[in-house]
Parts: sequence; structure tokens; C-alpha cells
Amino acid sequence: MRSMFATAGALALAGVFAAGAAVAQDDYPSKPVNYIIPFAAGGESDVAARLQQPVFEQLTGQQLVVQYLEGAGGAQAWSQLNGMTGDGYTVMGTNLPHIILQPMAQDVGYETDGLTNVYFFQYTPDAIVVPADSQFQTLEDLVTFAEANPGMVTFSGSGTYSANEVAKTKFDDLAGVTTTYIPFGGTTPAITAVLGDQVMAGFSYTTAAITQGDALRVLAVASEERVPSLPDVPTFRELGYDMTGGAYRGVGVPESTPEEIRQSLSDVLGEVNQDPDYVQKMEDGGFVLINVPYDEMDAFMEERRAQYQDVATKMGIASN
Amino acid sequence: MDKFVYLFEALTLVNLTLAFVGVLLGIMIGALPGLSATMAVAVLVPFTFAMDPASGLIALGAIYTGAIYGGSYSAILVNTPGTPSAIATTFDGFPMAKRGDGALAITLATLASVIGGLVGVLMLMFLAPPLAGVALAFGPPEYFWLAVFGLTLISALSVGNLIKGLMGACLGLLLSMVGVAVVGADVRFTMGSQTLLGGINIVAGLIGLYCIPVLIDLVATRDPHLRVETEAKGYRLREAWGILWAEKFNTVRSSLIGTVVGILPGAGGSVASLVSYSEARRTSKRRAHYGTGEPGGIIATESANNATVGGGFIPTLVLGIPGTPPDAIILGALLVQGIRTGPTLFTEQAPIVYTFIFGLLIGTILMLPIGLIVGRYAYRSIIAIPKAALVPTIAFMTVIGSFAIHNNIHDVAVMLGLGGIGWLLNRAGFAPSPIVLGLVLGQIAEQGFVQSYLIGNAQGNIWAMFFGRPISLAIAGFAALTLFYPLVAGAIGARRARRSQADLTAEARDGGS
Repeated sequence: MRSMFATAGALALAGVFAAGAAVAQDDYPSKPVNYIIPFAAGGESDVAARLQQPVFEQLTGQQLVVQYLEGAGGAQAWSQLNGMTGDGYTVMGTNLPHIILQPMAQDVGYETDGLTNVYFFQYTPDAIVVPADSQFQTLEDLVTFAEANPGMVTFSGSGTYSANEVAKTKFDDLAGVTTTYIPFGGTTPAITAVLGDQVMAGFSYTTAAITQGDALRVLAVASEERVPSLPDVPTFRELGYDMTGGAYRGVGVPESTPEEIRQSLSDVLGEVNQDPDYVQKMEDGGFVLINVPYDEMDAFMEERRAQYQDVATKMGIASN
Repeated sequence: MDKFVYLFEALTLVNLTLAFVGVLLGIMIGALPGLSATMAVAVLVPFTFAMDPASGLIALGAIYTGAIYGGSYSAILVNTPGTPSAIATTFDGFPMAKRGDGALAITLATLASVIGGLVGVLMLMFLAPPLAGVALAFGPPEYFWLAVFGLTLISALSVGNLIKGLMGACLGLLLSMVGVAVVGADVRFTMGSQTLLGGINIVAGLIGLYCIPVLIDLVATRDPHLRVETEAKGYRLREAWGILWAEKFNTVRSSLIGTVVGILPGAGGSVASLVSYSEARRTSKRRAHYGTGEPGGIIATESANNATVGGGFIPTLVLGIPGTPPDAIILGALLVQGIRTGPTLFTEQAPIVYTFIFGLLIGTILMLPIGLIVGRYAYRSIIAIPKAALVPTIAFMTVIGSFAIHNNIHDVAVMLGLGGIGWLLNRAGFAPSPIVLGLVLGQIAEQGFVQSYLIGNAQGNIWAMFFGRPISLAIAGFAALTLFYPLVAGAIGARRARRSQADLTAEARDGGS
């Protein structure tokens, strides 16, 4: 219905809003593709999808219709993915560590191996942020304070068993400190809590740190190298903590989707990831582009799973 | 003022057309339960990529404000809020329509929405940077108390039947806990069903609890849907202006409450209209009439919810923190257009920002003529259509509307299930509103409470978190006032009555001696 609604709306409004419609030549995609984002609008998944949208339409001549099916930290949508039509016209955003940690913790209606990922296209490195007027000038300050006052440092983050909580658990372990994690209903409320001095610091992503500009100070980022839009912020590695990672975002399809369509979709998404204007906008926003096509997916997922296994045990959700 | 240069930018033919079409489309989408402002904005974002940023924003803003207003139609005419923002509009709107004052109710809703919308937009234009701080001043304890304040309205809504009201609210709170908890990720009350993992969708709950019982009653009784007192009274515009003038303090207060609550990222139009309804009722001399078709109730809710539009854009544009879900989508659209929000936006991107704000202003003003005409048409259709056609049409729309929430059959099942339960509970004397209030406010209260507790625990002072913060205390004070006001007022009244009785007796005795 939503796609019908969208299509009808598109037809009715085409005149008024003067949307350019191109004619498709290839056999896939030959009609609009529904792109389901398992989170609410306005988050990193949504912003990235909205940046892919115009490039996809330019390349294929078909619309990429972004929809939201939020709930249960994404599990609401993922548990329904395989029940959807596998013709390549229904695709869904997939996120790490969510799709690995959620089924590990409890029965959420899907298994990690049951999801078919065709491409992982970007990640947002973890970052520790503090308000601009915070007493913590450097990560060193924060660690010293946390050592002297166990449990007193509060980190806001997005949700439980999320990339933010993984990062916080890992950091506690590497730094040998005890801090308190306060889950919020998304990245935005978590950042708002930092800005409003409700918590001492936040575990978030480079993207959120960049959006807020001078209002926040970023103490460290968990990328391999410094992020171009935050040239003055050290990486955790530079500071002596072996910590890289963040939230990875990809695209999955229902398991009934034919092999050749999975491959075509992977190819198109790979092309989108090369568009210079898109690359520029993504990097400006703090996203780090990665290219994991369909044929390299199994190896990538295996490597990530091994990474999360250890943290999951520390978080108490996996028995190893 | 140099800002007014941009008024002319906003007044181009393209922008005016976009504002007009946007408002019209928004009203229609908002009037249909299930089709929400968020959805309308999300569907239209791709179209704005082809436009210049200010025009695109004007189109999105017009649809948004139109949809929030359009929600009042179905609230008034079929007792089903078209959007969550219009929940409190059903309290007095539907009783008014039932007794034949539907046209007046719609005209009042239109006028109040336009005024509330204008207040919100003007605050956005002139006071955005200082007001944005409100969004940051509200932490978990403040949200907790705000939700508690909203819940105190239950005591007012269930006069004469407090126990049933509270039981309904508890049921609503339980419903709000279904699914995976945000804090802790525990799976609760899903009864092993994956369809309930994401919780009970508020819009599906609204349609089920409000609309289905109305439909069943329509079928079960011979009465016409709405009584029509006299034929062709017109818009009753003069009468509406008179009422609005008498309620001017209510209008202004509700618009200001709406703007401030709109600024809060964790609350929205539904909380704004509930809080202003509660305040309007508490301070009104005609308190006892609220809930039975009192125009002041409609004025309070509709001016408040449209004020949240302008209010919500304040943190969105100043801090990059979306005030409401549609703002979040618009923020994403801004990022795609290459516009960075933040404190420098009002200076660096002044042309876009002020053209947009003027566009929103024009859209809000356009809502007056468009709303009056469309509203009249909607009212006429509802009373003209025979019941045999009306019931299936609305029934069909409830299914379409709940399906459209997530393009998903599960929400339809939830809607029908809650509809059946709601009808049975109605027969047993439980009103739907306390249940819905519990459902809407439960999540805000729970998250606020748990986060406050966790932070307080880390700092070793839990009590200070809940009772040591000025804004929290003020909201808690208002909540206590609303809750106990009827008791206190009653006690004072009784005491006065006793005293005057005693005086009389004394006088009589003195006079006698």
C-alpha cells in the first residue's frame, strides 16, 4: 500500500513538483525499488539512504523509494525481511553490529545467517563526545577521572546492545575503567543529552559529532586513520587503545531473491559508492565509505562476527 | 528589518503554488487516520531534490502544517484523531458534532490552528536561537514529569468514575510496554509473537480504540451519525470569532505551550495538546463542561498542536536536533541539499532560512480559506452520506490507514484487536481516552524514569535527580495542582459553605439575643 500510495502520489504530483523522470533501459531495475530503512527518519541510516537515492535514480533511471519500518532497534523490520517478495524491488538496510548481537542476545525473530546482505557501503566510526565546556579536554582527562571515580562517568548512547554500547564496553575493558552507560532512543536524543549536560559524555559517531560542530568536543574516533572532516581529532589507536569500528550499514534482500538480481543490485550499489559528488557529501558528513560487494560478503561477516563475539561475552549476552 | 527582504523571495508564484498545494494535500492526508504528517513528508522528500532548497522546504513545511490541522476533521466528525496530535480534539470536538455543532467546531479548529500556527512561526522567526536552549534544558527527569503531568489529565477526563479511568490508564501503560524495551532491550509482553516485537503502534491504537467502537455503535443503533440541528447555518464564522475572543487567554496560552513543547525533541503535538487542554480546563470557569462539547477544549488543543510546527523547527534549524519526527525527515532533506544546520545557519544561510520561514507563514495563513472550504465540504459529506455508505467507507479507511503505517498487515491486526477490546471496554464503562493517554505517555515516562534512575545512581544521588531540579519541580507542581485541584477546590468550597452557614447561624443567634 505504501508503495501504491507513493506511486500514486508521485503520479499526481509529478506535474506540480516537476520531477524529472528518466526511462529505464536495463532489465533490472525496471520499476521503482522500495528501500526499507529499519529505523526512524533522520538517523544515520536514513541520511545515508537519502544521499544514495538521487545517485541511484540517476544511474538506473528508476526511483529508490525510501520507507521506514522502525521498531525494536531494527528487529521489527529484519524479522519480516524474508517474508517479503524476493524480486529485487524490495530491499532493506542492514546494520552491524545489530544483526549479529540481537539474535545472540535473545529470540528476535530472525537469525544472523538468515539475512541475505548484498553490499556493505559505509560505516560511521565510534567517537567519544563531550560538551564544549566539559572539564575533559582530552581522553586522558576522562580516563583519569574515571579511574578515580568508578561508575561516575555517564556515557549516553543509542539503545541497548547497539554499536554505542559495544564501543563503551570495549573502551571500559581497554582502559581498565568502570563507566555507566545510559541508553537513549536513538543517536539524536543521546547527543541532545550530551549537549544539555544531562550526561558527562556520549558514545556516538563521527557523523553526529560533525553535525554539532563547535557545540561538542570529540575526544577520539575509532577509525583506522583520522577522519578528513575532523582532522584535529586523534584516533583511539594513536592514543594507545586498540579500538576501531563503528556501525556498519549495508543493504539486504529477502532470501528468495534470485542470485543474478543480488549480483546486479550489488553492482549498482558499488557504482553509487563511486559517484564523486556522493563520495564528497558522505565524507563531509563523517561517513567512511567501504566497499563490500556480494561475493565478499561471507568473509566480511565472518570477520565482524569474530570481533563482536568477544565483546558480547563481556556484555553478558553470549556464553562464548 | 532586513529579514523582510526574504518575504518577497517567498512570494514568488512557484512558492505560493507549492504552499497552496502543500497545505491542501497536507489537510487531506492529515484527515485520513493512519496517513500521518511524517509519512506525507517522507514520500515527498525526493521531489524536493529537483527544487531549489527554499522552495522544497516550503512545500514540506506546508504539507506538515496542513496535516497537523487536517487531523482535527476526523477527530471532530468521526471521533478518530487523524494524527496523534488531535487526540485531545476528540474530547470536545465529537460531542459538539454529535449535538449538531460540527460546522462550528470545524471553524473553531481552523481559526485556532491558524493562530497557533502563526504564533509558532513568529517565535521561530524572531526568537529561535534563545528558545532552542529549552530543548537542552529538558533531561530525562523533566520528560518523566512531563509525561506524569499528561497522565494527571486522566483524573479530569474520568469525572465520576476515577477508578475506571485509572484502570484504563494502567491498561494503556501496559500496552505501551509491549515489545523490545529501549532501555535494557528486554522483550516484554509479546507472547512469543514477532509481530509485537516493535510494540503497539500508537496510530494503530488510536484508530482501533477510537474508531472501531464508533463504527460498531453506528451499525448497532438507529440514530444518525451526527445530529443536524438546522439546515445551512454556513461556517458560523462570526460566532466562532466571538468564542475565540472570549477565549483569547486560552488561545494565547495554548499557542505558547504548543511552541515550547514543540521545541522539546522528546515530546510532540500529542503531548502539547494534552498539556494545554489540561491547563485550559483547570483555569476555565466552565470546567465542568469540558469533555461534553466545550469550544474552549478545541481551541486549546488545535492552537497548541499547530504551534508545535513552528516550535519544532526551532531546535531543528538552530541545533540540528529535530523537534518532531517530520522535522527529522526535513533535516535529512536539508543535509542532502548540502545545508548544514546549526547556530551559523541563520547568518550563513539566511536567504534559505528566512524564505522558508516566510513560506511557512504564508502556508499557515492560506490554511484559513482552504481549511474553511475543505472543512465545510468534509462536514457536508459526512452528514449527507447515508449511514449504509458511511460505515463501510470509514471501516475501509481504518484498514487502509493502519496498513499504511508500515506497509504492513500486522498493524491492521493490532488495530482490529484493540478495536474489539475497546468496544467491549466501552460497554463496561471504560472510556478510550485514558487508555490512549497511557499508551502515548507510557514510553516517555518509562524512559525518562529509567534514565534518570541510572544517571542518579551513577552520581550517587537518585533523589536529587527527581526532586532537585527546578524545571522538574515546576512540572511536578503543576501535575500535583491538576491532580488535586478538584479536591482542594471542593474542600475550600465546602469550607466556605460551612463558614457562611456558621455565620448565618451566629447572626441569627446574635440577632435573636
